[in-house]
Amino acid sequence: MTWVNAIVQGVLLGGLYALFACGLSLLFGVMRIINLAHGDIAVLGAFLIWTLVHETSLSPFLATLLILPAALVIGYLLFVTLLERSLRAGQLIPLLTTFGLAIVIQNLLLQLYSPDVKSLTASAGSFTTSSWHITDQLSISALGALTLALAIAVLGGLQLFLGRTGMGREMRATAQDADTAALVGVDARAVYARATAIAVAIGFLAGGFMALRSTFEPSSGPTQLIFAFEAVVIGGFGSLWGTLVGGIVLGIAQTIGAEINPQYSVIAGHLVFLAVLALPRSGILAGRLARA
Amino acid sequence: MSAAPAGFRVQRWTRTSITSTVAAAGIIGLLVLVPLTLDANATQQLTSLLILVILAVMWNALAGYGGLVSVGQQAFIGFGAYFTILLTQQGWSPYPAMAVATLCAGVVAIPVSFLVLRLRGGQFAIGTWVVAEVFLLLATIDQSLGGGTGTSLRGLNVYSLGDRLTYTYWFALAVAAAVLAALFFLLRSRLGASLQAIRDDEEAAASLGVRVMSGKRILFVFAAIGCAAAGALTLANTLFIEPSSIFSVQWSAYMIFMVLVGGLGTFEGPIIGAVVFWFIQNQFADSGAWYLVGLGAIAILFALFLPRGLWGTVEQRFQLRLLPLGYRMRATAETTAAGDEP
Repeated sequence: MTWVNAIVQGVLLGGLYALFACGLSLLFGVMRIINLAHGDIAVLGAFLIWTLVHETSLSPFLATLLILPAALVIGYLLFVTLLERSLRAGQLIPLLTTFGLAIVIQNLLLQLYSPDVKSLTASAGSFTTSSWHITDQLSISALGALTLALAIAVLGGLQLFLGRTGMGREMRATAQDADTAALVGVDARAVYARATAIAVAIGFLAGGFMALRSTFEPSSGPTQLIFAFEAVVIGGFGSLWGTLVGGIVLGIAQTIGAEINPQYSVIAGHLVFLAVLALPRSGILAGRLARA
Repeated sequence: MSAAPAGFRVQRWTRTSITSTVAAAGIIGLLVLVPLTLDANATQQLTSLLILVILAVMWNALAGYGGLVSVGQQAFIGFGAYFTILLTQQGWSPYPAMAVATLCAGVVAIPVSFLVLRLRGGQFAIGTWVVAEVFLLLATIDQSLGGGTGTSLRGLNVYSLGDRLTYTYWFALAVAAAVLAALFFLLRSRLGASLQAIRDDEEAAASLGVRVMSGKRILFVFAAIGCAAAGALTLANTLFIEPSSIFSVQWSAYMIFMVLVGGLGTFEGPIIGAVVFWFIQNQFADSGAWYLVGLGAIAILFALFLPRGLWGTVEQRFQLRLLPLGYRMRATAETTAAGDEP
């Protein structure tokens, strides 16, 4: 039964990883950029939400919602100031500039907030500790279920956005061939800016839920980036729902590893990732139709 | 050199390059004598400069010549240090242990390369990072290596402080000279040309028959060896390591900074970048997080506004080639004469 519980907890944890992976996957899909600062941007979001909660004693959920418009603006600024120029400069430059940005964000947070660990678990009241007890050894936490539901909603929303709206169609067209899309009047610059804004907003959302679930500190970013990336690779690059599958596989690997020995949790996830990498065709869903 | 059009000849060695190659060899010769004239502290400082040079040259070999941006070279830095510890625990003497650990990193890099070289661009970058995290976790889990709290290098206390620092300096100088020489000959070989073709356009290079994978693999293994040597030297220079710092991603930040400031894809650039970084580190390392904020910001500015770095810009501006790595087209006497006629 403890194994069943480990798997269930892994699935719930996978929701959070899928949320982290979403923004990374979107930027890669649309711009072919791997944003090495994605984890640190999410952690920046967590700190901003934490500040808002502590200054106004709002509910963390409300604070997360309120921060999202700011996230869109930050994302837009990120594109205009950094990514646009990097994109024009060749393939290597976006990696170097986003890595530089990661270092800047991480150390600014360290300077402004001190290296102490923080958490929003206490501020969210009884919700973060409530859970449904299925049996003695199996329980589903309300927060975990909400995170997973949110991940599914974000992925579904993204799919609807990309599939059904004009803006989404423009985004897919630009992702496939920016020059040809420009011929029919799609402004690639605007598309890229929107994609970055959405990616940062989803990153902040993930950061907020990470802060609700556990502790975080200025140096938490790289780990989150790595988990997000592993989820994307395990699920197969370019597949939105694959991201969810990848997140869940990673989550299960970590909880099962932790069941054996708490020290093995993270390394079990890494090993699953490396095993998937060693497969003849990377990604569990690699054969599936790729989407944005 | 029959490929040159009539009236031109292809030239590798120029007067400048002969002078500077001889000068470079002379400088390395002089550097051997340095610890005999300096105190222990200065020798230790110079050793850290040499370690930085090795790291910058290795990262530049990967990114500047192979187009492989790695943020996981700390995997091999840590491996070099920890394998040295492991061997000394078995009763090895430290310096031979460092040499063997360095070579072992090359062996370990081969299977690793089969995994990470399946990834390209940014995916390769994070893939190498995951490998570094796995190495870090393995070192942390292994209690015999000191676990998370770190461990120190024993066995060097048979030497006096001055001797130890001098030997470590010579070891570092030998490694730096060796990786520079290896890179120099690598770039002059057929492989050097194919690597730069891969960096510029992988598909086009492959379509012309360049063996893309083996070229990248050779670079990856080469860089692993160099970084492991730097790790072993860091251990010998400081005598104590802990997993979270020797496997820290900050090493990658330093390497990227040095190479971007010095000049990505230039031979001399990383050396200049290492010297610049060494000065900055000595001046500002005590300012804590702001220092790293500054490093990150400067790296971004260089990447965006001066992508060729300090040396690359100088090189382009003055058409300067200090080392005979490329070829130059020179008009022969008769073309010049013919061109002068009205």
